[in-house]
Amino acid sequence: MTTVRYTKEHEWVRMEGDIATVGITDHAQEALGDVVFVELPEAGREVEEGEACAVVESVKAASDVYSPLAGTIVEPNQAIVDDPAMVNREATSGAWFFKLKLANASDFDRLMDEAGYKAFLDTL
Amino acid sequence: MTDEPLKTTPLDALNRELGGKMVPFAGYAMPVQYPAGVLTEHLHCRQHAALFDVSHMGQASIHGPGGAAALERLVPGDMQGLGAMRQKYTLLTMEHGGIMDDLMVANLGDDHLFLVVNASRKDIDLPHIAANLPAGLTLERHDDRALLALQGPAAITVMAALAPEAAALPFMGVARITLAGAACLASRSGYTGEDGFEISIPADRAEEVARLLLAQPGVMPAGLGARDSLRLEAGLCLYGNDIDETTNPVEAALMWTIPKRRRAEANFIGAAPILAALAAGPARKRVGILPEGRAPARGHTPIVDDAGTTLGEITSGGFGPTLNGPCAMGYVRTDLAANGTALSLMVRGKPHPARVTATPFVPHRYVR
Repeated sequence: MTTVRYTKEHEWVRMEGDIATVGITDHAQEALGDVVFVELPEAGREVEEGEACAVVESVKAASDVYSPLAGTIVEPNQAIVDDPAMVNREATSGAWFFKLKLANASDFDRLMDEAGYKAFLDTL
Repeated sequence: MTDEPLKTTPLDALNRELGGKMVPFAGYAMPVQYPAGVLTEHLHCRQHAALFDVSHMGQASIHGPGGAAALERLVPGDMQGLGAMRQKYTLLTMEHGGIMDDLMVANLGDDHLFLVVNASRKDIDLPHIAANLPAGLTLERHDDRALLALQGPAAITVMAALAPEAAALPFMGVARITLAGAACLASRSGYTGEDGFEISIPADRAEEVARLLLAQPGVMPAGLGARDSLRLEAGLCLYGNDIDETTNPVEAALMWTIPKRRRAEANFIGAAPILAALAAGPARKRVGILPEGRAPARGHTPIVDDAGTTLGEITSGGFGPTLNGPCAMGYVRTDLAANGTALSLMVRGKPHPARVTATPFVPHRYVR
């Protein structure tokens, strides 16, 4: 049973019940470099699959973070707003971006599993 | 954009060996950062010293008698007053008053001027200069030379150990020195706001010189990312962002490069429109802008008033690692250019409060 899945936009998604926790992958934080600013969606915002809803900025550039699936934001992670460098230190654990209540919980199964994401990275 | 293969600098193999993340810039494969990352490289430069490969920039010489007077037709700076082994920052101006490029000119004595121009503009600048030189003067391109910038407070210690004649230079002084057995040209200058040196080296000796400098205490390689955040904090213009063919020196706040004699003589290309703009007062002005929150405002961010009317745009902006916050520059209507003026920046469709602020954002530490 896979509980963490991935998107081609380099996000990871962990399911617990019908709540998905979303963050960016190590590959993504590595490519971004030192993160200096994060902007997150407010709780209650409804997002479409693929909608740009968060921003992560390094010294050099700003990048969008997309909602991996349709749903409603239930909690942004204020800790990474207060300490953006957390995204580099613990991208796949404490530095999650937001929690999302999926519009349709079965959508999760459409995302790539770890092997699929690794294979995708090899094509880049 | 074209699909032409990227050119490489004489330090390409070393840049890759050092783990440089290579990106296309002005037609060259250039290191945007090394494994330490932009933030660390930036802070290291301000605290110790950083070595930048800037070999993509254009180097050239004007040979012959009367070079300074001839060059004054093309640039509004005081070239005839430039002493031997001294360097100056100046501009190539255009008939309509726009800026073709900004550049450094050094007087090497013996009827020899040495020029450093921007990489993205060298194939425009150098033919323009060559076409405007009178008989008896020649322009020589130095495509066979590398250029290194050693910047930061430890640069002087490094040079004192390797080339004492460079360490004795004043700000904007120039010396012929020997490094790793190679004949180099060093100037006490740079584009980070820190004390430091720019060193021109024959291409086939560049790697040895770079390795020697990197082996000195406190020296770390740094890429174009840190160079950009350092020059932004120092309030220095980036050609193509903050100045270009559509900006004149008056609105770009670069009139300090045009001394009284040159204004009175008014004999440089574009003198009439530039002096007219000075007399009339410019409609817009380049200013420093500090966002009040944490969100960086990047180039092309609209600057608006409370009613949402566009007043101008950010031309360079990002996060200043030493400032530990966002900083920017851009053009605003002249009536809003006074320090302290409140503005809003439209970042991702939302207004963010900001203030016009004097530059540099981080004080210059040039040796005087």
